[in-house]
Amino acid sequence: MRQVLIVGAGPAGLAAATAARAAGAGVTLLDAADQLGGQYWRHLPAQRAATPEMAAEDSSADESPAGAGLLQHGRRRFQRLRAALEADQQCLIRTSSQVWAIERTGDGRPAVHMLEGPPDGRDRRRSVLTPDALILATGAHDRTLPFPGWDLPGVFSGGAAQALAKGERVAVGHRVVVAGAGPFLLPVAESVSSTGAAVVGVFEASHRTRLAAGWLTRPWKLAWELAGAGAGAKLGELAGYAGNQLRRRIPYRTGMAVVAAHGIDRVEAVTVARVDSNWSPVSGTQRRISADAVCVSHGFTPRLELAIAAGCALNPDRFVQVDADGRTSVPTVFAAGEITGIGGADAALAQGAVAGHCAAGGSVADPAVAAAVRSRARLRGFASRIERAHGIGAGWTDWLVPDTLICRCEDVSYRALGDSAAATAATGLRSVKLSSRAGLGICQGRICGRTVEELLADRGRAAGLAAGLDGASVDNRPIVSPIRMSELAAQVSAQPPGPSPTQSPEAPREEC
Amino acid sequence: MSGDVCPDVVVIGAGVVGAACARALSMAGLTVTVLDRGATAGGTTAAGEGNLLVSDKAPGDELRLAQFSLGLWPGLVDQAVAELGPDFPSIEYHRKGGLVVATAAAGAGPLLAFAAVQAAAGVDATPISPAAALRLEPDLNPAVAAAVHYPQDAQVQPVIAAQAMLALARRRGAEVRQGAAVTGPLLGAGGRLTGVMTNRGPMSCGAVVLAAGPWSGEVAATLRVRLPVRPRRGMVLVTTRMPQRVFHKVYDADYVGAVESGEANLQTSSVVESTAAGTVLIGSSRQQIGFDSRLRVEVLRELAAKAIALFPFLAGASVMRAYGGFRPFMPDHLPVIGADHRLPGLFHATGHEGAGIGLSTGTAELVTAAVTGAESPIDAAAFLADRPTLRPYLAAA
Amino acid sequence: MTQGPRRLPAAADRVGPRSAKTVTVSLDGGTVTGLAGQTIAGVLLGSGVLSWRRTSTTGAPRGVFCGIGVCFDCIITVNGDRDVRACQRRAADGDVLTSQHDLLPARRPAGYNSAGDQ
Repeated sequence: MRQVLIVGAGPAGLAAATAARAAGAGVTLLDAADQLGGQYWRHLPAQRAATPEMAAEDSSADESPAGAGLLQHGRRRFQRLRAALEADQQCLIRTSSQVWAIERTGDGRPAVHMLEGPPDGRDRRRSVLTPDALILATGAHDRTLPFPGWDLPGVFSGGAAQALAKGERVAVGHRVVVAGAGPFLLPVAESVSSTGAAVVGVFEASHRTRLAAGWLTRPWKLAWELAGAGAGAKLGELAGYAGNQLRRRIPYRTGMAVVAAHGIDRVEAVTVARVDSNWSPVSGTQRRISADAVCVSHGFTPRLELAIAAGCALNPDRFVQVDADGRTSVPTVFAAGEITGIGGADAALAQGAVAGHCAAGGSVADPAVAAAVRSRARLRGFASRIERAHGIGAGWTDWLVPDTLICRCEDVSYRALGDSAAATAATGLRSVKLSSRAGLGICQGRICGRTVEELLADRGRAAGLAAGLDGASVDNRPIVSPIRMSELAAQVSAQPPGPSPTQSPEAPREEC
Repeated sequence: MSGDVCPDVVVIGAGVVGAACARALSMAGLTVTVLDRGATAGGTTAAGEGNLLVSDKAPGDELRLAQFSLGLWPGLVDQAVAELGPDFPSIEYHRKGGLVVATAAAGAGPLLAFAAVQAAAGVDATPISPAAALRLEPDLNPAVAAAVHYPQDAQVQPVIAAQAMLALARRRGAEVRQGAAVTGPLLGAGGRLTGVMTNRGPMSCGAVVLAAGPWSGEVAATLRVRLPVRPRRGMVLVTTRMPQRVFHKVYDADYVGAVESGEANLQTSSVVESTAAGTVLIGSSRQQIGFDSRLRVEVLRELAAKAIALFPFLAGASVMRAYGGFRPFMPDHLPVIGADHRLPGLFHATGHEGAGIGLSTGTAELVTAAVTGAESPIDAAAFLADRPTLRPYLAAA
Repeated sequence: MTQGPRRLPAAADRVGPRSAKTVTVSLDGGTVTGLAGQTIAGVLLGSGVLSWRRTSTTGAPRGVFCGIGVCFDCIITVNGDRDVRACQRRAADGDVLTSQHDLLPARRPAGYNSAGDQ
């Protein structure tokens, strides 16, 4: 049996697993978390499962009752996917499984190195899998631009607010400001609101005119998407949010940004300001708002480490390049979901289904994936429309002050980064990182990397130099997640139990 | 690119060796242009540990160069502080000393014998008792069979050191051009090298210094000269920040054998040290696999296992990064420094393998003497490209 | 203004998580109580603890930022194991949590350190 390994159990990974099984392949589904669902379908742990979820298990209602509905979008779909995979003997689900490295082996099949056990544990079990096909569905995380005070406790990414609301039922504060850019701000506000906190405002940096240009230049297309059952739900969802926002009287302001957070050791207030169409703050429009938490998201950064480690080419927009099958530039590796473009859960489901089917040996022309292919085509423009409507404006750097931290791990300020680059006259990413330490800390540049790169590119342009001269990329992290020395030193002696994805003659293989 | 001005010297390569040459040449009053096809200090220089070592070198020509080079570093650091000011990042020069330990009884004899011949060659190599080693490094594995302390071993942050040397050269009129790749020679009367063709046009000069590290062989080929420099891959692990528990450059005695070896197969030995940022660096592997930058987990595994054998507490440390670099490997284990006997006008400053950071300062003085015709500060004949041990490799192909 | 994060009481929660067993952990010697299934970050934030780490260079306080395991701001020592992401690790009853403030090695004079020369 052809063995397909899927990394990431969010919408794309779950759809891929389902499709690969339907096409007859054996599947191993890995996720670093101890639950399936990814960030999108994050939910309360079994020990304290949500009441509506319990009810929904037996209910034919497609959505849980009011209040939970917006927290758990398309929840019934998730439960159906999960239940089918869990009941399937040929689908091995391995949660709490962190892939920490991928090696490229001589025969073209990737060797996927994993650790099973509690996150950041000390004695996690190391193993290595060499599947016939690998599907990467590793998703994305918030991109939060630096602003003065963004390192104060009480400043959260939008994803944190959602995770704490969905997975913990923890309110991040009492008076909460939501800010940044993108349609994701609305579910963030909704999540925060569902925890009983007062959302004192949602501040979207893009101007109304740009939002209209991004979303509404093709109203006929919008309508078509809204009409498309299931696959078009993304936009229906947005309309739902907008309605809810109005109902709840959460102020939604466009063309405004949080330009500073204030407080000693914790957020006590934020400054919001009007920004111009390039996101540069308009002087004289600053207004201070009392708040004890602020949730900020300016977009998303794809989690590309594994794809890069596997040797997959990126496209010019720096997402994983895939063909119609969902196949990357490496023939044995497929990709689906946000690492191929920020398209939302419906696009991820469609891409996952196609990639899973093709990775199992099927064809994109097969009737089994016709619906997914249609849905994917309908949603294809979504990412570029989000970018057009909400893409980061270059003027954001105007809200930085010299003391603003750029690299949170290493406490590198905007001034220090600039001084270091200016003193050394360096424009290469490696040199600037190593002489300023920006991006060298424990997050390995996941938070500041793209920001450092952009600030550096500005300097390079000023010097007439092309970006990326030294070939370095902030997205390149061969060690994908920290591993204890004792775990790294362990000999991997045998394949782990359960249906092995490795069916090749040389299996079970040891370390490569 | 203002290619109209003809510098005295073009230095190819803006890594630590090219930077050191640019500084020394410009301090000698020559006008210098440094070309790099990429960015400054972005190749091998950015992928090393910043070792300034005498402890790993057997008596011989490389040790002489290392001793000479080591003596030049404090002056460089003082000059950088004085001229570049407090805003320039610190070179992080730290004469922390090396501690070489034999973790198996069988290794004790060879280690002590090696230290004795080094001491005879002027290296400060002091055998110390296991108890004394544990006083220097309280978290060292107590099962130490023998230990030698090398107080002269030092460490720098290599990228900042290279940038400082470039900045010092710039203050003396040197120009650094990034994104400028050499594509061919400009040849004058009698076949003399009178400049280089670059992707941005021709550049005439009085002399060309080739300091392109592991890529020197490629660049030499574009200049129609054969130079047997090959890449040897080295990997280093970096832990997350932790309270400091490693105070010297600590390595197992196997390291010396690996450095001296010409084996193409993977060799690892443990070198453990902490950095000014609070991280611990764990090196280092040596493997001849061409310019293949793919991760090899077995290499990392061996490094981790050997480091834990030296410092058991490291078992619980987290590795957050692994970086690999290509070292310029020479078949006879000596750098190539000085005038090329086949192409007048071409000077070499390459082939330092894993020792280029430390050897950069001395190399630059030898190159400057060769270019200006001054007397060499140390006997440099052993480093010339036409030395007997290298001749067979120059003839091939 | 009442400030800070907190866990919703189940009775007041529209989503209504089924009540769960409590877990008790210690943070730097003090006692913090949460619910089984919560992450360490969830337990701490839910009890009103907003930050538990100090950065190495400036000593600034940090707690949860990204909340999904990416930023490592929330790292904490758990039962002696350093650098555990509090937002990813589920709390276990009796966990001993120690906040981290990892100082840099002693500062050196500009440019170099000659301590080894002595």
